[in-house]
Amino acid sequence: MSAMEIPYTVHERPDTGLTSGKIGIWLFLASEVMLFGALFATYILLRVGAVTWPHGREYLNIRLATINTIVLITSSVTMVMAWASLKRDQFGRYRLYMGLTVLCGLGFLFIKYLEYSHKFETGLYPKTNTFLAIYFTMTALHGLHVLGGMVVNSYFWGPGAKLWQTDKEHFTNRVENAGLFWHFVDLVWIFLFPVLYLL
Amino acid sequence: MGSTDMTNGRTVHAAEHGHDAHHEELGFWRTYVFSTDHKTIGIQYAITGMVFLLFGFCLMMLMRWQLAFPGRAIPLIGRLLGDARAPGGTMLPTFYNELGAMHGTIMVFMGIVPLAVGGFGNFVLPLQIGAPDMSFPRINMASYWFFFLGGVTMFSSFFVTGGAAQSGWTSYTPLADIATTGQTIWILGMVLLITSSLLGAINFITTTIQLRAKGLTFFRFPFFVWSQFVTAFLLLLAFPPLEAAAVLQLMDRVAGTSFFLPSGLVVSGQALQVSGGGNPLLWQHLFWFLAHPEVYVLILPAMGIVAEIIANNTRKPLWGYRSMVYSLIFLGFMSFIVWAHHMFMTGMGTRMASFFQTTTMIISIPSVVILTSLIISLWGGSIRFNTAMLFALAFLPMFGIGGLTGLPLGLNVTDIPLHDTYYVIGHFHYVVAPGTIFALFAGVYYWYPKATGRAMSETLGKWHFWPSLVCMNGVFLPMLFLGLAGVSRRLADGGATYQFAQGALHYNKASSFAAWGLAVAQIPFIVNFFWSLKHGAKTEPNHWHATTLEWAAAPSPPGHGNFKEPPVVTRGPYEYSVPGAATDFTPQNATGSAA
Repeated sequence: MSAMEIPYTVHERPDTGLTSGKIGIWLFLASEVMLFGALFATYILLRVGAVTWPHGREYLNIRLATINTIVLITSSVTMVMAWASLKRDQFGRYRLYMGLTVLCGLGFLFIKYLEYSHKFETGLYPKTNTFLAIYFTMTALHGLHVLGGMVVNSYFWGPGAKLWQTDKEHFTNRVENAGLFWHFVDLVWIFLFPVLYLL
Repeated sequence: MGSTDMTNGRTVHAAEHGHDAHHEELGFWRTYVFSTDHKTIGIQYAITGMVFLLFGFCLMMLMRWQLAFPGRAIPLIGRLLGDARAPGGTMLPTFYNELGAMHGTIMVFMGIVPLAVGGFGNFVLPLQIGAPDMSFPRINMASYWFFFLGGVTMFSSFFVTGGAAQSGWTSYTPLADIATTGQTIWILGMVLLITSSLLGAINFITTTIQLRAKGLTFFRFPFFVWSQFVTAFLLLLAFPPLEAAAVLQLMDRVAGTSFFLPSGLVVSGQALQVSGGGNPLLWQHLFWFLAHPEVYVLILPAMGIVAEIIANNTRKPLWGYRSMVYSLIFLGFMSFIVWAHHMFMTGMGTRMASFFQTTTMIISIPSVVILTSLIISLWGGSIRFNTAMLFALAFLPMFGIGGLTGLPLGLNVTDIPLHDTYYVIGHFHYVVAPGTIFALFAGVYYWYPKATGRAMSETLGKWHFWPSLVCMNGVFLPMLFLGLAGVSRRLADGGATYQFAQGALHYNKASSFAAWGLAVAQIPFIVNFFWSLKHGAKTEPNHWHATTLEWAAAPSPPGHGNFKEPPVVTRGPYEYSVPGAATDFTPQNATGSAA
């Protein structure tokens, strides 16, 4: 890029105790809270205003969603393990745990695909009714976030890991920030699951 | 426009070699087009923003013809618009609606915000806090290119079947749900613009917190830095709900959902074949949840610019700096809980209305505190009346009129007869046009020497200022009268077919002639802007004898990395005319005691 160094990308600024990347990711998550917050508010408003509102179980497969919840929580655990491995200077274990995280993400999307295709086969589309409209919109947007997180995690599993050779601390910070995003995506699902499937 | 940008960049480039020996050579594309330097990105933002402002203004001048002379062919250019828009040169109502919707969208999202935040924020903020660049330079570049793509997308919507979006800049549903393809493009354009501002906001906040110079505590920030800092929070938190709303509207339009379509909706006498169950008001809530903070995104940077220029040209500290900062933060917070004062007419109920009119009255207090502080700051100053200062001074009463005319709209009872009339148009244009845009002009005149190393012509500047001041009022004052006479906004004939409006229609003509006069008044500015690049008087680094770091510590134009060595801040932002000091300004990085 240039000869000039931007400070506090790797080391914390002493008086704030934070790296710039850490602040950046938390600000981004704040905006994400507002994005999903608006959608949850939409859900509440539509449901309160509706004459009838179906139970999630009338349309949705609770068993598959429960498995998916477990898959996603597991992926959050492996994400933490990946980061902790880097902290302990165990790069091989990092590779393993990060790989598992990506695989869990893939598993989540596959199960989601099974759910979606079953809906389409039985003639249930977003336009069928408002419940399915909000279900498809929110889960699809969440699915895109899972996909985005997987792209980032795959990058840090593969080509991005080269940074480990030159700057261990910087790479560990990056994985931590990717982890924060991944946990957030997990957390959104923790809200989506009861709201859409159980209530 | 591209060539100016290059000339601008070349000056920057030439100066770099003067003092920055270890600078590595970047190619043409990396230096001028895909640059990660905050100054280049700021200039790119500013120039693109100004082009869009001019374009949005041109759309408006076409509309003004239709309002002044409804049904008459537009002279000269009317036939160029094509038969789909203006057969025989006479504007169709649908084309008028396109112009109206796109004028608002372009001015707000692609003109003023990019210039005020993307342009001035990017260029000035890192310099004022003594930073070498933004925290995330590549994200900064991405922010500009998302904005550029969003702009191109919006612009392209004029050329799709059915033309551009026609449902107003507010894109109210259910109208927008069933509008032509242009509306879909509008949504996609908005998503790109939202992405751009999200990336920018994260960068601004992080940079302000992390890259402050040593000794620059928060209460030593110039007021401009505070204004950008609070604005960034508004952009960060208010835009995502609009993104959510845009996704929902896109689903309605593309996937056939009914988020904003109620059951049993009848369009043109036909029941609409949709599942229904949606809520049109939901869109308004989500939209205004963004759009009211957006109003403060338009005004806060303007206040920041004006505060800098007033402190500098009165040669006095700002009066009540701390209370101004607290007011700014309070404004930012309150701007999230006033949105439904745009919706008094929707039948949302008196209880909601009284809550929102109360918060609206409360939010006017910090605005008045800031405006009053700026006015009192003038007291006893030996004022330098340069062009930047004239625009900054004009901002005060113009914004004052804008604010005061807003009070009747914030109260439920008085809003009802005024809602959706030209009074509303007059009110918010007083805030944004002679208010914010004057502040932005002031900023251009003030920071131009920093960006180019040359000053703009004061003579041409005054030829720009005085006619603009007269014409701005000529455009918007009649609108207040029109609105009080009950004439609705968004009428393609300006009210010509309404019996009750006949007595007020002459105001339309006055307003139109003033608008075209305003266009003529911008010629000295455009000439000045380009002429001064080559022929403006060369300036010393601290052209205005200012205290803030961009003037006191950086060369003009600053090279890559901005400062030869990181500045160390020793004092507050506005130590002008300190008794006993050698000069009438003591820079923030001055060593030793002021006296």
